[in-house]
Amino acid sequence: MSRKIPFEPLLWGAALAMPWLLDSLGEAYYIGFATRVLIFALAATSLNFVVGYGGLVAFGHAAFFGLGAYVVALAMQAGLSSAWLAWPLAMALAALTAFAIGLVSLRTRGVYFIMITLAFAQMIYYTVVSFKLAGGEDGLPLAQRSTLAPFDLAEDATLYWVALGLLAASLYGLKRLAASRFGHALAGVRQNPLRMEALGYPVRALQLACFVIGAAVAGLAGALLANQNGMASPAMLYWTQSGLLLVMVILGGVGHRYGGLFGAAALLGLEEALALFTEHSHLYVGLALLAVISFAPAGLAGLAGKRRRG
Amino acid sequence: MTALLEAIGLKKHFGGVWATNGVDLALAEHELHALIGPNGAGKTTLIHLVSGSLRPDAGRLRLAGRDITARSMHERVAMGITRSFQISQVFSELTALENVRLAVQGRRSDAGSSFRFWRPASAEVWMIEEAEEWLGQVGLAEQAGCLARELAYGERRALELAMALATRPRILLLDEPMAGLGPEEAERMTHLLAALKGKLTMLLIEHDMEVVFKLADRLSVLVEGRILTTGTPETVRADPAVRRAYLGEERA
Amino acid sequence: MTQLILEQALNGLQFGLMLFLIAAGLTLVFGIMDMIHLSHGSLYMGGAYLGAAAAQASGSFLVGLSAAVLGMAVIGVLLETAVLRHFYRRDHLAQVLATFALILISNDLVRMIWGPQPLLLNPPEALAGPIELFGFSYPAYRLLIIAVGLGIALALYWLIGHTRAGMWVRAGAANRAMAEALGVDVRRLFTGLFALGAALAALAGVLLGPLLAVQVGMGENILILAFVVIVIGGIGSIRGALVGSLLVGIVDTLGRALLPTLLRAVAPADVASQLGPALASIAIYLLMAGVLFWRPAGLFPARA
Repeated sequence: MSRKIPFEPLLWGAALAMPWLLDSLGEAYYIGFATRVLIFALAATSLNFVVGYGGLVAFGHAAFFGLGAYVVALAMQAGLSSAWLAWPLAMALAALTAFAIGLVSLRTRGVYFIMITLAFAQMIYYTVVSFKLAGGEDGLPLAQRSTLAPFDLAEDATLYWVALGLLAASLYGLKRLAASRFGHALAGVRQNPLRMEALGYPVRALQLACFVIGAAVAGLAGALLANQNGMASPAMLYWTQSGLLLVMVILGGVGHRYGGLFGAAALLGLEEALALFTEHSHLYVGLALLAVISFAPAGLAGLAGKRRRG
Repeated sequence: MTALLEAIGLKKHFGGVWATNGVDLALAEHELHALIGPNGAGKTTLIHLVSGSLRPDAGRLRLAGRDITARSMHERVAMGITRSFQISQVFSELTALENVRLAVQGRRSDAGSSFRFWRPASAEVWMIEEAEEWLGQVGLAEQAGCLARELAYGERRALELAMALATRPRILLLDEPMAGLGPEEAERMTHLLAALKGKLTMLLIEHDMEVVFKLADRLSVLVEGRILTTGTPETVRADPAVRRAYLGEERA
Repeated sequence: MTQLILEQALNGLQFGLMLFLIAAGLTLVFGIMDMIHLSHGSLYMGGAYLGAAAAQASGSFLVGLSAAVLGMAVIGVLLETAVLRHFYRRDHLAQVLATFALILISNDLVRMIWGPQPLLLNPPEALAGPIELFGFSYPAYRLLIIAVGLGIALALYWLIGHTRAGMWVRAGAANRAMAEALGVDVRRLFTGLFALGAALAALAGVLLGPLLAVQVGMGENILILAFVVIVIGGIGSIRGALVGSLLVGIVDTLGRALLPTLLRAVAPADVASQLGPALASIAIYLLMAGVLFWRPAGLFPARA
């Protein structure tokens, strides 16, 4: 654990200084990219909580991610641009949806849970795409970014720092959560749900709470991405987005606190770097993923030699 | 005698086989009631039905006069019915102490809710202290910091018992707690159970007749999903039907 | 109205049978090896592209069809032995990642070879027109698809139900460890199954090519439908895949054709015009959630 001491401050220090650094290098374009990484890291971390901490292989996380984006876009259209209101609303709607989906889905186990969460996410995708109010296939553009007084989100660097702050807060929250009574109970449920039930734990309620918390944070990430992209798009709700988030989690390290961040940074970074050299970056990303899953089953966090939930 | 737990006409079938075929059973408060019978008689199924991990196809269960047939397993644990498992079901990646602390934390009657998200569980020292006490009681004080998977087989069985006890049950369902233990470990387990007599109600499945006759206040003989007879060890031992159906084979 | 319903029912049957070609392979891979194979849709896409390219080069639909089926069977064998085989014993998460990676790779490979534009695939000229049927005209090509689909379903029924290989498959789906103990060479069996699944998916790709666009991403849409089918039918069951395919095909097609009209009768026009398509596209997912709710292992559970 001695190597942990320099790791975290270095990481956060570098992340904090990033906009100044990029600015001075004349690469301000990359602030947008870095923001995207942070937002996907937040979404992947929320999924990692569900998959890695709760032991629930959910294949419909894009539903909550995308709903968050659509709430912000729809609220903006209705004249509500304040992030202080719209973002919590995005979280609340994602949480509420997850509560309903979880209530039904948690009756199933294993691959059936994977499939039923996928089915519900697809229902939401098609519902949103069918409604003209939500822009249909074209998505819903944002007239402007959310307002977050006293900060000015129109500044790219500010949006970056807000995303960084929310990611840091979520990772700290995850640390607290993992060490709390709830986190310990969840760890037990992940390892042996039947034994936990026999100790008097309401297993399904614990899993549902985990599912709902993960969804709320995904909704927040979606709200951020709508601001970053200037729109809410159906692609954010599609099953391949769920797959991509899951890939980030597995790549980064399932059940590792930094797994979502590592996975998002590695995947998006690789894509971005390869795009400089080839039109076919996905081909090489795919090969890299195959290599990682073949030779580093515990993901990048496992490669770094750190222990679970460090 | 008023019954603490009552099973009335319990039935359960798997495919076409009645594993439990109309069981009537009453446990008196603070008795140690042993359940014996040949393999396949439906003893473990009965434990599943009483603990709530299986639902009966017919029949009722009452706890202190209250109908609990429709209650889920975790609700029954909260009401005071806890089971231990035949194959040790401990959390192998957690320490012995954390295994028992989880059992303490799960006790909703007095330990409070597990839906607490912020405060570190380790800050609640009383749970750790209580877990240490339970470990001491089953002779595992020294192994508190070991991962459960590193424990010897007998130690894991003791841990299993400590976890069950830490839920503070009124009724403890013990599914072959001696299975697979060496003579010395079995002896120690027998002492542990003897020390619990009179403090709580126990339903014990056990194959070792010597242990059963030493520990049990009463015993019931289960054959082909039905209770053949119930009584004190002496009356059961003398029952010719029991000798034919069961003891005869065992002793032969 | 009757004619519309009849026509749409035939369309639903046709789409359902094509779904069955894809789902049949997927359900066996899923059921026997307990493998979540997300790249099954890529085999379908690969077949469509191979078929379209070969048909364009040779000028013959039939040549395109044969090239696609044989070519994808070979690719299936290569894929199974080189990559997928190593993931059977890994957990579902590893399988998700590996097969998702295969989707990324195959999409880009297709783009590299054939470019980003959709390919055109024409039906055979003899079948391009409509024919008269029960008093209305119906495209002859769609009838051919129905005939081929029914033929394959019957052939599979015979293969699984009445041959030695089929017995191994059924044994493997019901209890894999038992099948291995009985001396079934699961490794070879699965390579063979996978090649068969790839060939069937390719067949569906070519047959649907003239009706849907041959383009990158076509596999991702159909894959999820195939998953819905096998979950409804019961993972590992060919019979379940057939029933599930027909259910999904007919519910989806009829829903899209009829729901907007039906809703207009009971709701204001502007509500109906939005709600109709939404309900129609989620109908099959509702169907699946309903089946899972009441029959958690699907309609025809393969496992004992």
